[in-house]
Amino acid sequence: MSNKEQQQEYAQKIKPLQPKPPYVINCLKAYLVGGLICVIGEALMKFYMTYFNFNEETAGNPTAATLILIAALLTGIGVYDKIGQFGGAGSAVPVTGFANAVTSAALEHKSEGIVLGIATNLFKLAGAVIVFGAVSAYIFGMIRYAFKTLM
Amino acid sequence: MDYLWAFLVGGAICVVGQLLIDIFKLTPAHVTTSFVVLGALLDAFGIYDNLIKFAGAGATVPITSFGHNLLHGAMASAEEHGFIGIAMGIFELTSAGISSAILFGFLVALIFKPKG
Repeated sequence: MSNKEQQQEYAQKIKPLQPKPPYVINCLKAYLVGGLICVIGEALMKFYMTYFNFNEETAGNPTAATLILIAALLTGIGVYDKIGQFGGAGSAVPVTGFANAVTSAALEHKSEGIVLGIATNLFKLAGAVIVFGAVSAYIFGMIRYAFKTLM
Repeated sequence: MDYLWAFLVGGAICVVGQLLIDIFKLTPAHVTTSFVVLGALLDAFGIYDNLIKFAGAGATVPITSFGHNLLHGAMASAEEHGFIGIAMGIFELTSAGISSAILFGFLVALIFKPKG
């Protein structure tokens, strides 16, 4: 029997023994945490639109920056990890999860020095988001612009 | 009312992410990268703008808006400079997010000690 078949057989065998994740509870937690982060974002957007010269389209930028600052600080004092354990995707999907990935990767490698540790590893986890975002935006942009010019 | 829609829509996007993690056994990194691509795809068809008008921060705070902003900046610049403009404008709108993530991430890593 080949190695791969053995692996598959093993995976089948242990399947009934693995605990099933509590789908409903996990989803409710994710909904609550993700929703609350968005409510904080909405409050920040309102704040920037009322007191600074931003409109509905541009207010997203300072809002994202503020949320990133808050999430970076919470990661530094170790609170965001606890939110992440509770909220699952609710804390990973908002932009705060991006900030958490950046900060935690940098903190983890702090002992290797400022240049080789912090600066090199800053985008170790979050880099994937930027790479896939830029590549997909480039491709979709090309297609959409080509359609626009041809039509 | 704005707060309610932000909560409902933002939370719903996170639930989709949670389901991807629990049922399809994806890692959070895979979920966020797919969401960025999804955001760009939705913007390519002009759907995401409507969602932002409707839900406000419920649509701009999740990472899907990162993909939407990337494509938006690229298209705005393509209007002016043609195909070369796509590369020039791609990070125009997300600049605030990326630069603040670099700045605050770096500073926090300098100041705080790693936990655990």
